[in-house]
Amino acid sequence: MIAVAAGTNRIDPYLIPALDGVAYGLLVFVAASGLVFCFGVANILNLAHGLLYAIGGYTAAALLDGGWASLALALAVGVLAAAAAGVLLAGLLTPVATGNHLSQALLTFGVALAGGSLLVAGFGPDDPQVQVPAALEGSVLVAGHRYAAYRLVFIGVAAVLAAALYLVVRRTRAGMLVRAAVDDPEMVACLGVSPARIRAGVLAAAGALAGAAGVLGAPILGPGTDTADTVLLLSLVVVVLGGLGSMAGTLLAALAIGEIQTLGVALLPSAAPFLLFAAMAAVLAVRARGLAGRWRTA
Amino acid sequence: MRDEVIRRARGGVAALVLVGLVVAPWVVDEYTTAILARTLALALVGVSVALLTGVAGMPTLGQTAPYAAGAYACAVVGSRISDVGVVQLVVAAGAGALLAALTVPLVVHARGVIVLMITLAIGELVVIILGRWRSVTGGTDGLAGIPAVRPFWGLPPLASDQARYLYALVVVATLVGAVLVLLRTRAGLVLRAGRDDEARLRASGHRVALHLTGAHIAAGAIAGAAGSLLVVAQQYISPADFGFDTSALLLLGVVIGGTASVGGALVGAALVIAVRDWLFGVLPGHAPLVLGALFVATVYLLPTGVNRARGRLRPPSAPAHQPDPPVAQDQATVAELHR
Repeated sequence: MIAVAAGTNRIDPYLIPALDGVAYGLLVFVAASGLVFCFGVANILNLAHGLLYAIGGYTAAALLDGGWASLALALAVGVLAAAAAGVLLAGLLTPVATGNHLSQALLTFGVALAGGSLLVAGFGPDDPQVQVPAALEGSVLVAGHRYAAYRLVFIGVAAVLAAALYLVVRRTRAGMLVRAAVDDPEMVACLGVSPARIRAGVLAAAGALAGAAGVLGAPILGPGTDTADTVLLLSLVVVVLGGLGSMAGTLLAALAIGEIQTLGVALLPSAAPFLLFAAMAAVLAVRARGLAGRWRTA
Repeated sequence: MRDEVIRRARGGVAALVLVGLVVAPWVVDEYTTAILARTLALALVGVSVALLTGVAGMPTLGQTAPYAAGAYACAVVGSRISDVGVVQLVVAAGAGALLAALTVPLVVHARGVIVLMITLAIGELVVIILGRWRSVTGGTDGLAGIPAVRPFWGLPPLASDQARYLYALVVVATLVGAVLVLLRTRAGLVLRAGRDDEARLRASGHRVALHLTGAHIAAGAIAGAAGSLLVVAQQYISPADFGFDTSALLLLGVVIGGTASVGGALVGAALVIAVRDWLFGVLPGHAPLVLGALFVATVYLLPTGVNRARGRLRPPSAPAHQPDPPVAQDQATVAELHR
């Protein structure tokens, strides 16, 4: 009895960071899955991916006023705007589609730079405040600790989003095309599906996912001048850790990053800056050959 | 015959540029001289990017990582141990090479766009570490008040912007000369061959991964040395000097210069950095917007820049171009697609 109590006490201080890690990880998962599609299907290193998230975040900051209706409106506007930005990006990429990946990466970087500047010009250089719906503003008790209600709800919503994404990729025709394009783009083109349309669709989907993550995640990872960079980096690390093969890999990698960023910092504060790096190095060192084999064909 | 003329013209232009660079500090004002010294450091990083991207075929967005490692190592050594330039250069190059060696396992098995992604992640993570490892790096405030460097034991410290610029120029010229000589040896030839047809080179018994490791570490050392020059030029460093945008700008400069050409990388990187500095001076609020638009425009204007350079940049002993240039170009493009 006493031992159990002591055990609970030892775990206790880390419960809240661990829960935060799940929320953060799911947020990163929704944001990163768009980049995974972009990378796996269109073979484009989309350096403007963080910008798509920032569009969602700024939309949330501008539209949310504490009511449910404003949340729904912000979600719709944010997803549409980010998806439109994705399609625009696909259009800009068309002339260099058959070129090499250097041009594509540089082009998307230019778009990220210009778009970030436009966002700052439109919304001001200060990090805006984000208002969550009044009903979710308080905190709830989780195993004797107070925890922000919004984050708890976010975990549920993001889990539903992840499940829906899984079903779409697994069960629908669009999802099958996406998976087929990852495995063998030439064969898909032979089947009569235009690569340009797949590219536009994938970039629009990536934008919609990043936009949704940006709106819903604004109270957790809020819009600001360096948000785009942070989201792009975390998404890249997810791709490196999880590979392009499966959604489960992406989800595991995202959750691992969430826990590293929250629980890892709580457990090992002095080593915190190096943890992400170490995780990436460890995974690549263990799986280097396998990843390279998988990736070289991608 | 035409090749001979082009080679002579290129040599003449290079000599003219070098003379211009030597007399520059007496022509322009002190502020511009200081900016030029910093641009030289960045151009040297551009050379290391070209070495990896164009010569070795590993496109990189992470050369700011060894650059930062060299700069911080030099700053720490400069303010605590020694103000001798040679010592600082060796320490900085060693730090850059060490960081590059540590990251070799992450990149050596990847190719193409995967390398871009992994190196970008490495560069960004290094910037995050610089911002958080306060006891050594001073956090986001950076390190300031680094004492003036003296080039060699017994020489006076470099007190003026002119002297610091000339020091940077001498170091850059020496290192670039060394790279050019190295690329003419067998090592350079094997590196290019590995880029063009890796399977063939493996089949004939070459250890391509080993060559790439060597190139990666050498490029890291060059970038580290460039970091030391940045410290000399600015006497202040912060994580903002090594951001993701610097990597992208350098890569753009290298692509403009023709990816595999060392001279082109120097000129391209210097041009891009100069345009950035000029834009931030002229249009304080909207510089990133214009810069981003310039990125897009440049990519459109140079759609085949890389392929063209690949077709042109053969080792001197390789057979001459095919008589029909368009065919040669198409072949290069197809080869690129199938990589």
